[in-house]
Amino acid sequence: MTKMMRSIIPATIQAAPGIDQHDARAVNSAEKRSLYSSRQKIHPKRAGGTFRRIKWMVMLVTLGIYYALPWLRWYRGPDLPDQAVLLDMAHNRFFFFFLEIWPQEFYFVTGLLVLAALGLFLVTSMAGRVWCGYTCPQTVWTDLMIAVERFWQGDRNQRISLDKKPWGLEKIFKKSMTHVTWAAIGVLTGGAFIFYFEDAPTLARDLFAGTAPAIAYLFLGIFAATTYLLGGIAREQVCIYMCPWPRIQGAMVDHETLLVSYRKERGEPRGPHKKGDTWDDRGDCVDCKACVAVCPTGIDIRDGSQLECIQCALCIDACNDIMGKIGRPKGLIAYDTIANQEAAAVGKTAPLKLIRARTILYAVVMGVVGLVMLAALSLRTTLEVNVLHDRNPPYVLLSDASVRNGYVVKVLNKLHEPHTYRLEARGLDGAQISILGVDNSQGVKVSTDDLRELRVYVTVPKDRLATLADATNFSFVVKDMATGHEVARKTLFQKPAGAGNAGN
Amino acid sequence: MTTNREIDAVTGVETTGHVWDGIKELNKPLPRWWLLTFYATIVWAIGYWVVYPAFPTLTSYTKGIWNYSQRETVAKDVSAARSAQSGYRDKLAATPLDDVKKDPDLLRFAVAGGGAAFQTNCAPCHGRGAQGFAGYPNLNDDDWLWGGTLADIEKTLQVGIRSDHKDARATQMPKYGLEKLLDESQISDAAEFVLKLSGQKFDAAAADRGAKTFTEQCAACHGPAGKGMQEQGAPNLTDGIWLYGGSKAAIVESIRTGRGGVMPAWGGRLDPVTLKSLAVYVHSLGGGK
Repeated sequence: MTKMMRSIIPATIQAAPGIDQHDARAVNSAEKRSLYSSRQKIHPKRAGGTFRRIKWMVMLVTLGIYYALPWLRWYRGPDLPDQAVLLDMAHNRFFFFFLEIWPQEFYFVTGLLVLAALGLFLVTSMAGRVWCGYTCPQTVWTDLMIAVERFWQGDRNQRISLDKKPWGLEKIFKKSMTHVTWAAIGVLTGGAFIFYFEDAPTLARDLFAGTAPAIAYLFLGIFAATTYLLGGIAREQVCIYMCPWPRIQGAMVDHETLLVSYRKERGEPRGPHKKGDTWDDRGDCVDCKACVAVCPTGIDIRDGSQLECIQCALCIDACNDIMGKIGRPKGLIAYDTIANQEAAAVGKTAPLKLIRARTILYAVVMGVVGLVMLAALSLRTTLEVNVLHDRNPPYVLLSDASVRNGYVVKVLNKLHEPHTYRLEARGLDGAQISILGVDNSQGVKVSTDDLRELRVYVTVPKDRLATLADATNFSFVVKDMATGHEVARKTLFQKPAGAGNAGN
Repeated sequence: MTTNREIDAVTGVETTGHVWDGIKELNKPLPRWWLLTFYATIVWAIGYWVVYPAFPTLTSYTKGIWNYSQRETVAKDVSAARSAQSGYRDKLAATPLDDVKKDPDLLRFAVAGGGAAFQTNCAPCHGRGAQGFAGYPNLNDDDWLWGGTLADIEKTLQVGIRSDHKDARATQMPKYGLEKLLDESQISDAAEFVLKLSGQKFDAAAADRGAKTFTEQCAACHGPAGKGMQEQGAPNLTDGIWLYGGSKAAIVESIRTGRGGVMPAWGGRLDPVTLKSLAVYVHSLGGGK
């Protein structure tokens, strides 16, 4: 079998002494790719080096946070969930460590998303698609899925030859183990996702007992399937065809942005290098194609910056490895700016300008949004009151000629223990308050983290009416009976035109 | 089959063999993902025909193997909502009216349910805010004909006012003008006296003349001081609240025609728990005694 394969593959070319040229083609280069042809499978070779180590670290941290976070506990009192991060859809609350967000405070999340977007802009304008290359879930999970594939099927060349082999016991075993592991990772991923929406230990028990809500199984299934499909099967196609970010990023990248770059000035003209040959009058690139072999998106970085490149920097590792072996300086492929490369073309260098109008603008806007959010957070009240004056009828004339107005008063207790409040009508002399079903002198009890809607009647006796305008502003004051903390809300008291002035 | 393949010389692409006016169509197949999605929708549609109602027949329609029916779904939802309420409904049925407000949850249930029933059944006459109109009393104030306690309100709801119920609340003011029991000047004088009673501007001489008529004709029901007998449906004439208006003209019209509105009896139309909820709701509007 292998003999036959060998006879088909042309004899390997030596790129440099001891360094074989990889039979790797940049199948996803824009000009070589037809929209009508099927995808050509990529078999990324394992890279080793600084950036690969950073990527392993980032994977460990991001996946660690993702899988472990729902299990982190955070005590908030006996009546509230003790999960540090919980999106409690059933009760419309979002718990995030010390912070608890009610639906009407969702602008905090909006602010966070704005900050995240600006952060993405800032980082991209400084160092290109760092998000894509290191932290994007698609990249991280694809990286994990490729590691799994490598574990079962071996590195690049072994995987290529396995794919070419006819189906046999070995191939079936290796392939199925790969897919089973991918599916297991998918299930774990979907499983971790749903834990953000329910108490994790309880839900985990219910999941295994088969008593968890159907929606939990549904979302577990959806996320398991998408993880398996996008991370295991689709991989670089997500970045090239589905993701809008590669199309947007061009607006943030300029001549001063650090990008994973092939230094043409140093590398060209490229070509195999034989032992004893001089390095004069030629480039350092020996055309070994190691950079193409490790590329997870199937491109050739030597073609320059391109949409398909996620800037994962693995080609830097691969090339540095080769440069070390052939005794040339490292950094033929490196993070570099377009400005510096243009300068290199005329024998100069361009200093790195990380601080420039674009980055200053992004940083300032981030600072402003951050300050606004911080201010909003520190001014967040623990007691909120909403008052709605009855519109129909706006007032009620009573038999003793006093006038009554009705209100709906909502008291929100955002504290993590029950509190009792008393209502006052401030700025409305002689007004009497009565609350349906509640004795105001005893106070209104609002349980932990809850909203209580009250039907409130305010009556002004006849002899006080003359002093009031037809519509008088006053404030409902809701006072915490234990702490004295109070919140006032302006509203209106209306009476029949001229009531209390003369006659009736 | 493959013998007639033709490659277009200019583009190097295979043609379909179709020619229009000498123009040959290139074979540009649809992207595979698109084609697969298209086939999937066809399979989906066939599945849909099989499991869901799909085609009309002459007298009916194909039911589908899942026997799905939106009508049944609604009925199921309604009965599920009913049974979800049943705990509260049973509790409300068993709780004496005056004790409802002692249980905050039950009170909330009764007020919410009563409010919904009010909007459906009562609002056409009494208004959506129960604010009333001329001839239809405002239920927010504390001026009640036939009583403003929970029990009184429930009774009024059950039997109605001047309705066809055998126990209907039914007293009737004589039609003094229409039946010529009083002449126009007597009616006018009595009205002036009523203006005096209610603390409005009045003509002193006419009111003095009207006082005699009032004592003879009106005091039996409205009381010598005009305070009324609200439990018997005779309104208090001294407060500022008027069912048909407190102007001279409105009072004259009331004496002349002996106004008397009708409220239907709801006893047979609404179930006892709904009636109870309605009583609690009306009582909770602020004027309940």
